[in-house]
This record gives sequence, structure tokens and C-alpha cells, in this order.
Amino acid sequence: MAERTQLTSISEDNFEQCLKCSICTVYCPVSAVTTAYPGPKQAGPDGERYRLKDPHYYDEALKLCLNCKRCEVACPSGVRVGDIIQKARMKHQGHGPKLRDMMLASTDLVGSMATLVAPIANFTVGLKPVKAVMHSVLGIDKHRTFPAYASTKFETWFRRHAQQEQGRFMRHVSYFHGCYVNYNYPQLGKDLVAVMNALGYGVHLLDKEKCCGVALIANGMYGQARRQAQTNIESMSTSVTRDRRPVITTSSTCTFTMRDEYEHVLGLDTAGVRDSLSLATRYIFNLIDEGKVRLAFRSDYKRHMAYHTACHMQRMGWAIYSIELLRLIPGLQLDVLESQCCGIAGTYGFKRENYETSQAIGSGLFAAVEQADPEVVVTDCETCKWQIEMSTGKRVMNPISVLAEALDLEATAALNK
Amino acid sequence: MVNEEIYNQRYDVIVIGGGATGAGTARDCAMRGLKVLLVEREDFTNGATGRNHGLLHSGARYAVTDGESAAECISENMILRKIARHCVEETDGLFITLPEDDLGYQSTFVEACGRAGIRAEVLDPEEARRLEPSVNPEIIGAVRVPDASVDPFRLTVANVIDAKLHGAQALTYHEVVGLVVNQNRVEGVKLLDHGTGRTIEVHAEVVVNAAGIWGQRLAKLAGVTINMFPAKGALLIFGHRVNKMVINRCRKPANADILVPDDTVCVIGTTSDRVPIDTVDDMRVTDEEVEVLLREGEKLAPALATTRILRAYAGVRPLVAADDDPTGRSISRGIVCLDHEKRDGLAGFVTITGGKMMTYRLMAEEVTDLVCAKLGVTAECRTAITPLPGSEPEAAAETTPRFGRKAAVGRHGTMAHQIMADTMADRALVCECEGVSVAEIKYAIEHQHVNSLLNLRRRTRVGMGTCQGKLCACRAASLMGRLSGNVPQAEAHLGEFLDERWKGVKPIAWGNTLREAQLTATIYQGLCGLDKALARKEDKQ
Repeated sequence: MAERTQLTSISEDNFEQCLKCSICTVYCPVSAVTTAYPGPKQAGPDGERYRLKDPHYYDEALKLCLNCKRCEVACPSGVRVGDIIQKARMKHQGHGPKLRDMMLASTDLVGSMATLVAPIANFTVGLKPVKAVMHSVLGIDKHRTFPAYASTKFETWFRRHAQQEQGRFMRHVSYFHGCYVNYNYPQLGKDLVAVMNALGYGVHLLDKEKCCGVALIANGMYGQARRQAQTNIESMSTSVTRDRRPVITTSSTCTFTMRDEYEHVLGLDTAGVRDSLSLATRYIFNLIDEGKVRLAFRSDYKRHMAYHTACHMQRMGWAIYSIELLRLIPGLQLDVLESQCCGIAGTYGFKRENYETSQAIGSGLFAAVEQADPEVVVTDCETCKWQIEMSTGKRVMNPISVLAEALDLEATAALNK
Repeated sequence: MVNEEIYNQRYDVIVIGGGATGAGTARDCAMRGLKVLLVEREDFTNGATGRNHGLLHSGARYAVTDGESAAECISENMILRKIARHCVEETDGLFITLPEDDLGYQSTFVEACGRAGIRAEVLDPEEARRLEPSVNPEIIGAVRVPDASVDPFRLTVANVIDAKLHGAQALTYHEVVGLVVNQNRVEGVKLLDHGTGRTIEVHAEVVVNAAGIWGQRLAKLAGVTINMFPAKGALLIFGHRVNKMVINRCRKPANADILVPDDTVCVIGTTSDRVPIDTVDDMRVTDEEVEVLLREGEKLAPALATTRILRAYAGVRPLVAADDDPTGRSISRGIVCLDHEKRDGLAGFVTITGGKMMTYRLMAEEVTDLVCAKLGVTAECRTAITPLPGSEPEAAAETTPRFGRKAAVGRHGTMAHQIMADTMADRALVCECEGVSVAEIKYAIEHQHVNSLLNLRRRTRVGMGTCQGKLCACRAASLMGRLSGNVPQAEAHLGEFLDERWKGVKPIAWGNTLREAQLTATIYQGLCGLDKALARKEDKQ
């Protein structure tokens, strides 16, 4: 036994690997704008030693963490700083979620109800008096505009208009569309289906899809997050093993949550599905790279765009796939903006108490967007999209929608027959 | 009071030794109305007080072999929980039996605990694993006892503070280099002030030798003989708490069979080896000791095998030969209180030694009783019922929103009210690992005899965390330099402090600990050029 002693250092989330170099705090977008947050080093590995001594040392300021994971990207020692903080919140947060947090987190429930009455819901939440009430009573900041709800869910559209044709393809993928595509912006899902079909791939829904749970985790609803995660893991597992269909997505945050947070924060086993779950841009880039598909672009396409790297894209290290895919488009002038947090962090920036912090964090990005002055900002994250649209007035698109717009779909389909 | 005024007083009693025993004796004497001077040649807790497990024994460890010590321990254990609340953490302890141990010992052990008045509850191994998930899962038996952990630094300083509140004076960095002896009577001490290099005589009716292992040398200065048997004990500190409860082996006391959760770390120890008396000023931990500690330690909690070690350290137990045995073969582990007037015909001089850090109060009571008898004072001992500063009943629970504030309250108890952190600059953290703020450091400098970074560490835990001073040492030194106006001295202290940290890291410098140390060296030598700055200073001198 003694020979083995001390050859390896094992600690939860590698927290003992921390050399206190503090580079995580340098890269923390929250620490950069407020002293109320102790920073990832102290909130993470430093605080953990005290929390192990006595949970009473838990600092409520940890709720200011955006869960952007930029600390983990910065860490040269592989400490999962963000995970330590998330888990500490999970274990020690003194109070349950407020009504507002439950509403913001329950994307499936609220989305299903809102799509039924979409025009009314969209009109109502846009009204000034309603905003004022939401601001003062619920604590949802009045400067925020909720993304509009669609009147037809993506799933409904897919079953009615697309499902039947999918059988005619030789190759197949499953699509985890996520709440945003389903309830707010089905067009992105439609674009994905069009692109994949043109590449010769049939697209299918999972047996059962639930919200990935990112908002539930952020708002302290861990039990529900775990239940939904289990449903998703089962559905993806069925797709991967029974149907031999990898799972692709169009949301970086959903992807990151399912690939990493399920295991690291919720403690679930994702080994059977993790490697088969990918963002569509990465999946398509790899197909092109391997020579499995070819693209034909419209010759009249000419646009100027700027790519914004969402935090979870940075964490996964996948921005390169989206950027390189966009660079294949001949008529596209693409500026790649310096990777920085937009400040919204899902539901975080919608909360009244976080509004100022959120905008301060995003100010660097907003300035960069103004300076680049593109027609469109491209990003893989829907909540970055809302933030940039609310804060800069620029239109924001997902790379898949850009691809759908730039491709000559018929010619591409012909190339991939 | 400036030192000059302190020197010129005439005292009832001078207590030599700033460990727990000396500080406790100073407090007891002062509380009984005596005029007291406490002198320490270095810093408080520099000896065995600051170099042990930090274990508040239940006494169970001694129950089988030494019933008297066991009874003393449990009695003092219960007293310290009340009077030193802010220094004690009520963790409870387990005595575990491993497959290689004799389970038959357990019943002997439990019976002996019963005789000594120690609550000992036999647990099902399953229950023990549930209570203490880090424990070796192969245990075949477990007994729960009221062990706890205690912070000897805080405990000692709280005693000094209280002694001073009762009128005592205290001097650190004042070494006794001679005793004033007149016609078989000790009438005072010759003090060397390490700050100025000056030697002063200070007078008192009685001089108490509470100098621990250095008591032998001190006795020699007085012309009497005490046979000390220095027993070196080495320990390892791990980077975080692996265990929540103290874990002991249920067998006859042996090497490395106690794992104590202390503050933010846990400590495994100890070894026990006789060492020559002339080596006690410079104890270093050997490779063999580290190996024994790890090998035995991971039997208690297997996670130790893969947990980062922060540092190694060693202390020297001041064991004393029983007085009726001039050969010195029979060693007493109990409290030894010597009246040199009776024993050696030297009046005005008494020695208190032996015992344990956690029985310091009882030792202080015994020697104070003796001093009082000599001075004809009849006041009763109240130290067992009077809370130490920091442990008084809380008037109102303080709201403690921020981590640094919570950490300070954890360290100083009710005394934390005196830490004024009204400005953002004062709330800023100097030591991030241990949550020590600028305000806490200012408080320690002002109220707790802080002359150097080493002192500051013992008062506040600055530099005791994971980075071992990498981030905080320069900040603390800069703060001290600014407050004292003596920047060269602060710079020198910074060098000393980093050397002292490295001394503890060196025996276990591998893995993350070594990476950390290398980063520290890069920052201080490469980036700040500290070694060059200090070398330049030496050249000038």
C-alpha cells in the first residue's frame, strides 16, 4: 500500500490541484465588474476548504456566479472551479427558489402554456405596465424583453410537415432542438432540417425530449433538473444504441449542460451518450473534413457578419468548428470578436438585482460589436442572442441559419445524393 | 506600557515560557491578584504547544495505560469546551479496530474508559462508516469518545490576553539568560531583549519555570538539575479536511495512530523518538518519519494516500524523569510540579512541566496553588469556570455575511467585535486561503504581540493555507512595513517567513506541493528578486 501512497493526487473536481495562481479570477467576468463577488478562486477551491470544515462558511455571494466556466478554461491546473461553485450552491444555498426563479427555470411548462396563447402572451409581456409589475413584484428587470413565443411549436411543425420525408435518406441523426427552438424560434429548427436534408441526412426527434435543465440548475431546482436529465439521457441513449443515430443540437448551452454538467454537477452517468452528442456545426464540419459531404453555396450571397464566442462554446473549445464552417461561405466577410461574456448567462441577466452587473459584464462585447458594425452577429447561444439584440440593436443568427441562408440547398442536395 | 516601565516593576511572580502552560499560569496568577510578568524568549507557542496534534484528548488514549492521565484529560476536556469555546471544535472521536488489530482490546479499552469517567460508545462498523465516511472501510470495530480538536495558538493567546486584562505584563523575544540568585533564593531573572540586544534584571518573589523542554537548561542556570527526556514527535498536515471526527487506533498507543481535523486541515501523527537535548532547537522531519506517518495514516483514512500534504513539522515532548528515580529510567507522562525549595533547597523557584498541552490549565492551577502558598495568598482558582476572552457568552449573534468576516469570528470568537472593518480597504483579504483581512491583521498587530510575520501567522493563520504564504506573505509584509514604518525589517521578516514555510514543505515536496513551492520561488525570487534584495542588505551590514 505504501508504495502507492502519494503517487496520485485525487480530489473532487481537482480542487487540490489549485496552485492559487489566481488566473481564474483574472478571467472572471463578474469579478471584473463587482466587488460583491469573491471571485472563482475564493468561491471555489479556497472556500471549499472552509465549507468542508463547516457548511456555515458558505457565502451567499456565490449566487453571483454566472456559471460561464471561463475560470475553468483559464485554469492551467485543470481545476473544475465552476463545478465546485455550482455544487457548493447545490449543497449549501440557504433558501429554495423564489416564484420568479421557478418561472424563469420552468422553460417547458411556461413555454407550452405560452405557445398556446402566443400572440396574447407576447403582447402582454411587452406592455409597459406589465413590465413594471414584473419588475417590482417578480424582480424581472424592466429593461428586459422576453423572447417572443411562437404560435406553433417546432415539434408540432416537424410532425406535420417534415417527419414523413425523413425516411427517404440513407443516413440519419436525431435532433435535440431545445426549448428555444421549440417554443420561441422554430425557424432555427427548420433551418437545421433543411441543411441536414441537403447534406443527405434524415432528421428525427428524440423519443422524449425535456428541457436540458440549465435554468433549473442555475435556479437551484436540482431535483427536477436531475429527473429531466435522466429522461434526456435515456432518450439519447435509445437514439444512439437502438437507432444508431448520433444526436445533434443547435444550442451550445444545452450541449454543454448535457455533456458536462449532467456528469459533473448532477452526478449522472453520461458515458453512453456523451461522445455521440455534438453541436450541429461541429458535426457538419467533421463530415466535410472527412469528405463525407460537400457543400454548394449561392453565388449571390454577400454579407458582413461578426462571430461571438459564447462562454460554453469557449469551455467546450468548439468555437473553431462554427467559425471554420462559416469561413467556408465564399460571400461572407466574418469578423471574429474577442471571446468575452455577454453578461446574460441564461436567466441571470433577467433578474432585477443582476441587471446592472449583467450589462457591465457585456459592455466590452457591445463595444466590440458596435466597432465591427456587422449586418448580423453570429453566435451558437440563444441567450447571448437575446442579450446582444437587446443591448446593441444588431440582429443575431445561429450559424446553422446562416448556413441555410448561404447554401444552394438544391445543388448541395444533388452533391450529396 | 513601554518595556522600560515593565522592567522596572517588582513582581510577585515571573513566569518563564510562553507556551500554553506559561500563559495559563500567568492568567491564573493574575486572576488570583498577583502581580505577574510572563516572559518568552521567542514567540508564544513556539515550543511543544504549537507543535502537536491540536487534539483535545478525551483521555481515552491513556485509559488503559495511565488511568490518572485519562481522568485528568476528560475533566480538562469538559472544562475547555466551556471556557475556550472559540478554540475548541466538538468533533468527537473514533477508536477503530482494523483486521490486523485484536478486537479483544476493545472491551479492555471500553472498561478502562468507564473507570476514568470517559463516555465510550461501541458502534457497529456500519454506523461508524456512516458517521465518518473517510474512515478505513475495513474496520471491524469502532468506539465513539468525546475527543475534539483545539487550536493551541488561539488558546495560548487568549490566556495571555486575559492575564493582561487582569494586570499581568508579557514580553516576547525576551530570553532568560540567567537567574538572580541570592543566598539560595531566586530573586529575579536576567533577561536578554532580542530586539535591542540589551540585558536587564527583573525582580520577583517567585520565578516559575514553565519553559517546557528548555526547562532543563533553565534549571541549570538556577543551579538545580531536572532530567528531561526529549521525545521528538513528527506530524504531517494535509491540504484539507479528510475527516470530520478524530480517528484513533484502538490498540496500545503507537506511531501515527491519530488523525485530527484541525481548522481547514487535518493532521496525522505522531512518531516518538528520543533525541539529544542539544538538538531541540532545530527539529527537522526525516524521510523515514514521513514514510511511517503516511503508511500508518492511510490505514486510518485511505484518502490520505491521495491527498495533498501541506507540510511536515516536529515538536519535542518535555518528558521528565520521575523525581524519585535519579537514573532517569522511569519517565512520567503526568504533570510534574517541582518545589525547588523543598527538593533542592532553592527558594523562590518552581518548575511546572510534563503533562499535555490540553492539561495546561490544570498544570497552571497546580503551580499557581504552590506559588500562592509561598506568597501566603489564599485566593481560589477560578480558571475552570471563567471563560477566556473570545469565549464569553455571546450577547447577540453577529450577522456574518462575508467569508472573511466569518473566518475571523471563527478564529477570535467574541473578540472579533474589536476587528473594525468599516472600509473596503480594511475588508480586503491579505490571506485568501484562510480568509484573513487587512482589519484582522491590524487587530492582531495592535492587541496580540505581533512583531513579525511568524507571529502574525500564529495569531491569524496567515500563510497556513494551501499556498503556504505565496500570495499573502508579501501583502502581509507590506502591511506590516507600512504600519511600523520599518520597511527593511518587514523585508527581512518576509525572507525569514518564506524560509520557515519552506522548511516544513521540504520533507514532503512532491506533486502539487512542489508545483506550489516552485511557483512561490518563481514569484519571490524570479519576479520580485527578494533573494537579491536580502543579499544586498547583508552586504551593507
